Amino acid sequence: MINLTIDNKAIQVPEGTTILKAARMNGIDIPTLCHFELDGMNFENKPGGCRVCVVEVKGRRNLAPACATDVMEGMEVLTHSARVINARKTVVELILSDHPNDCLQCEKNGDCELQSLTKRLGIKEIPFKGATSTYRKDSTLSVYRDMDKCVMCRRCETMCNKFQTAGALSGVNRGFQAVVAPAFEQNLGDSSCINCGQCVQVCPVGALTLVDNISDVLKAIADPTKKVIVQTAPAVRVALGEEFGMKPGEIVTGKMAAALRRLGFDQVYDTDWSADLTIMEEGTELLGRLKKALAGEEVKLPMFTSCCPAWVAFYEKNFPDLLEYPSTAKSPQGMFGAVAKNYLAPKLGVKREDLVVVSIMPCLAKKSELAREELSVNGNRDVDFSLTTRELAHMIRQCNLNLNDMPEEDFDSPLGQSTGAAVIFGATGGVMEAALRTAYEVHTGKKLPKIDFEETRGFQGIKEATIDFDGFPLKIAVAYSLGNARKIMEEVRNGNPNGYHFVEVMACPGGCIGGAGQPYHHGDSNIIRKRMEAIYREDAGKPIRKSHENPEVIAIYKEYYGEPCGHLSHEQLHTHYFDRSDKLEATK
Amino acid sequence: MAKYKMHILICGGTGCKSSNSLQIIENFKNILAEHNLTDDVQVIKTGCFGFCERGPIVKIMPDNTFYTQVKPEDARRIVEEHIIKGRKVPELLYTNPENKEHVSDSKHMDFYKKQIRIALRNCGFVDPENIEECISRGGYEALGKCLTEMTPEQVIAEMKASGLRGRGGAGFPTGLKWELCAKNKADQKYVICNADEGDPGAFMDRSILEGDPNSIVEAMAICGYAIGATKGLVYIRAEYPLAIERLKIAINQAREYGLLGTDIMGSGFDFDIELRYGAGAFVCGEETALIHSMEGQRGEPTLKPPFPAVSGYMGKPSNVNNVETFANVPVIITKGAAWFSSIGTEKSKGTKVFALAGQINNVGLIEVPMGITLREIIYEIGGGIKNGRQFKAVQTGGPSGGCLTAKHLDTAIDYDSLVAAGSMMGSGGMVVMDETSCMPAIAKFYLEFTCEESCGKCSPCRIGNKRLCEILEKITDGRGTMEDLTELRNLAAVIKDTALCGLGQTSPNPVLSTLDNFWDEYVEHVVDKKCRAGVCKKLMSYVIDREKCIGCGKCAKGCPVEAISRTEYTAPGHKLASMVIDSTKCIKCGACINNCKFGAISIH
Repeated sequence: MINLTIDNKAIQVPEGTTILKAARMNGIDIPTLCHFELDGMNFENKPGGCRVCVVEVKGRRNLAPACATDVMEGMEVLTHSARVINARKTVVELILSDHPNDCLQCEKNGDCELQSLTKRLGIKEIPFKGATSTYRKDSTLSVYRDMDKCVMCRRCETMCNKFQTAGALSGVNRGFQAVVAPAFEQNLGDSSCINCGQCVQVCPVGALTLVDNISDVLKAIADPTKKVIVQTAPAVRVALGEEFGMKPGEIVTGKMAAALRRLGFDQVYDTDWSADLTIMEEGTELLGRLKKALAGEEVKLPMFTSCCPAWVAFYEKNFPDLLEYPSTAKSPQGMFGAVAKNYLAPKLGVKREDLVVVSIMPCLAKKSELAREELSVNGNRDVDFSLTTRELAHMIRQCNLNLNDMPEEDFDSPLGQSTGAAVIFGATGGVMEAALRTAYEVHTGKKLPKIDFEETRGFQGIKEATIDFDGFPLKIAVAYSLGNARKIMEEVRNGNPNGYHFVEVMACPGGCIGGAGQPYHHGDSNIIRKRMEAIYREDAGKPIRKSHENPEVIAIYKEYYGEPCGHLSHEQLHTHYFDRSDKLEATK
Repeated sequence: MAKYKMHILICGGTGCKSSNSLQIIENFKNILAEHNLTDDVQVIKTGCFGFCERGPIVKIMPDNTFYTQVKPEDARRIVEEHIIKGRKVPELLYTNPENKEHVSDSKHMDFYKKQIRIALRNCGFVDPENIEECISRGGYEALGKCLTEMTPEQVIAEMKASGLRGRGGAGFPTGLKWELCAKNKADQKYVICNADEGDPGAFMDRSILEGDPNSIVEAMAICGYAIGATKGLVYIRAEYPLAIERLKIAINQAREYGLLGTDIMGSGFDFDIELRYGAGAFVCGEETALIHSMEGQRGEPTLKPPFPAVSGYMGKPSNVNNVETFANVPVIITKGAAWFSSIGTEKSKGTKVFALAGQINNVGLIEVPMGITLREIIYEIGGGIKNGRQFKAVQTGGPSGGCLTAKHLDTAIDYDSLVAAGSMMGSGGMVVMDETSCMPAIAKFYLEFTCEESCGKCSPCRIGNKRLCEILEKITDGRGTMEDLTELRNLAAVIKDTALCGLGQTSPNPVLSTLDNFWDEYVEHVVDKKCRAGVCKKLMSYVIDREKCIGCGKCAKGCPVEAISRTEYTAPGHKLASMVIDSTKCIKCGACINNCKFGAISIH
């Protein structure tokens, strides 16, 4: 233990603790800007660049960045001396002097860390007038970049390079013109970006924001010739409440369904339903591959999940030689769209073109996924628009509603009923667990002795387990963060030494619950933890918890698809992948 | 093998080379051949002699005759007069500016009298492209001594005892640095030579690498032996093609002679050196930024700890020293720490190389003992201020340093005294200024440099320096206020206090030191809107005295912006109407003053 004083208070903290953490452990909240940590999720950004957290350390010549300075025995730290406050204010004033003064119109208005810092430090005017650094605006289908607002915190860069290893963003140019951008000043869409959007989730200001599709959806709803239906992803229901002042982890499934109806959606369905459908297809595909492998046939193993569109983009760009490994099953969003446009539209008596499918997703990559050509028929997309949890919250407020006041309502049928297996898609390990529940019973013909697979749960970056499939040792792995996925992919490239059969990958911290379209967590990892708890609570509370027992899923196979991985489902519910490694050429 | 009776040493450094010294060498060779003297007289292309002001330099040995500003056509006279007939060519000798006497031997020239050459010991003496010449002057003797007579611990102890401090600027004790790196156990360690010399106008490291690359090769091997590293890397800017070429030659020759490679001198010690090229970013002189750049990452500093001695290049313990620091190492080993530490001051031992520049008579590269005064450097070595003007300030330490004034002239220069005076040693830039230099404009010049060269990582340096620069621009444009001066001082202090790396922490020094030492000049700019040095154009106006103007109109003809026209007033005694300058059009280029033969135009 190390003894030191912070603001004259004697404290004791373990060796290796930073001043920032030591202070926070003792109730002293030193302000920060660039520092960002997702505790327990292997993400920390501390370039020590913003210099907002500077403190005075007795005997030291200059001020020390609290976020990146370890405590030392006998250290005397002052966090609010006149020297510190003057320096801290001056630094923030400098940052503000190179920042557009358009808070009222900014996407991040009210959610901006620079704004709260300015308020907290009592800055009422910027003494420095001068040039501002500018950069061209740029956008993908998911991410909008306004680098004029960038404060060079480098969180996006750390997220992109260390956590995801996508390598799309890094510091370019020098001095006042320094900015975070793709290499060679490419547009983000032409880079190795996978549209995971985590750069947006961690951006403290409005430099990186989502591409807003609210007006597209409102226009469709207002169009009397269109029937507009909506699907909502599992992770949305455990996070939307945060936008309306509820505690993290509150489950708002029923209220959300009610709000969606009041927003004017003609039918309110559930992506959970298509998650169950995904398990049927993906689980069957897995068993098929395993059977072939056991019969000694050449088959690609491990099979990777394919629900996460950032992950799909990632392996298309980085591992074009391994395109045959992931499951060909579309994502739940994609499956829902295909079912809606092919099966539901005629049922509802509307033409494909007049049925508008909207998805509510915790995700920014879904906005890019729906534009994939193979997910369209004659230019008409299976899913027309994807809104994030945050956009839905905006829309609800815009339409004069308060989620808190909503009654509990059910989803519409026939694409509304779901099982506990579907809801856990929202957390890392959930797809694996859901698949295991079904694959085990289908494969062995026996009831699962225990429905919960604890080994797939939790926040460990890579989880590995061997599941006894009635004598067959099924080797599985679960990873979140594409950096972890890259490790497994590289292993597979080198002959799969761990002998994995099935691997689940999600790009975002903790899975979809930590998605880029979720309410901003501002680095509070407890929020993500609470969402995960809620996911498993929702699962535990469901009367049916295995996908193959979902009556509406059973019904659609009976009525329409015949069998999982059958001819029609191959046509509508499965997809294929492309070599997109040319996007990486520039950075080679 | 020929036994030469005489040697003609010709400077092949970048400065003299660009003044055609290679042609001089060519001519010497041809003319000697004409006279059948090639076996008697050897022509050697050396590194820099230091006295760049008077280059190209040609030195005749053994009589040590020092010819200055030699032109290719002078080669014939030197050969036919001096070499053949033994008569020196007086016009090419250095002339003492005070008594107008010719000085033939460089030892008697003021420029060299007070210099002690340790780091530059071989520059101007040996052919840097020939390792044998270096060996003949004691090169690689130190390496041999280390490998055969000393343990690594003894080498480090010797370095510590010598008191050598880092010559890159910060002055960290070299022996201690080696010791810290030696202590860390690792499967691979690196010796890194920082040859990313970036101070404007500084060329110490370049000259050493061009003039005596073997000293660096040798020192790096010694360091490798001391800290337990088998690999050396030189981070050198690609803008130094000659230094790169000569270093490559030295490395290759050292390999051929078994002085690099495996089992050096049969000692079992392996060491080899590779080059890494920098793109000329100033910040890459900072050791963590340098390491990131070598790794292929963006050249920007990271926080220390971890220090490179623990986690450096590729995460392995690395020892980074500057070129000049390394250049001192072999001599310390051969002559001993006691000898080295007898030179200099209590806390700063040995010598320092400075690039002497600015409004001074003898511009060039000098090596002086620590503790010498600025007065000795400027007035004795430097030969005083040009054109008989008044000394105003001397800037040391480049963009990180400060401006010192007449009151500091008798300060004994060392690391600590310069810091105490508000400047710093830096890597050795020394710019002397006279009364024609405007101090706010000088501060602005350095800030512009820092703004360009900041990596942009930390906010105080990225934005703060830009704002400092903008305030200085306001002041030099005549738009400044007294509040700006207060803000300037506060902002400079905050940047110094909060910036991440050495670049940002020292970038306000030119501002703070000029505010401290030339406060009146700042006040004049903001209150009286006057620039006493006549540098700040926006604060000047050109005026024609209508009584003196004869109306010749030459000023108007030479004016590039047609700001001058004729009035209707004809001064008594003159035939033509006088001219007048429209100050709203005038760009203050000074062409009119140069064109007026009657002294009718003045600056106000």
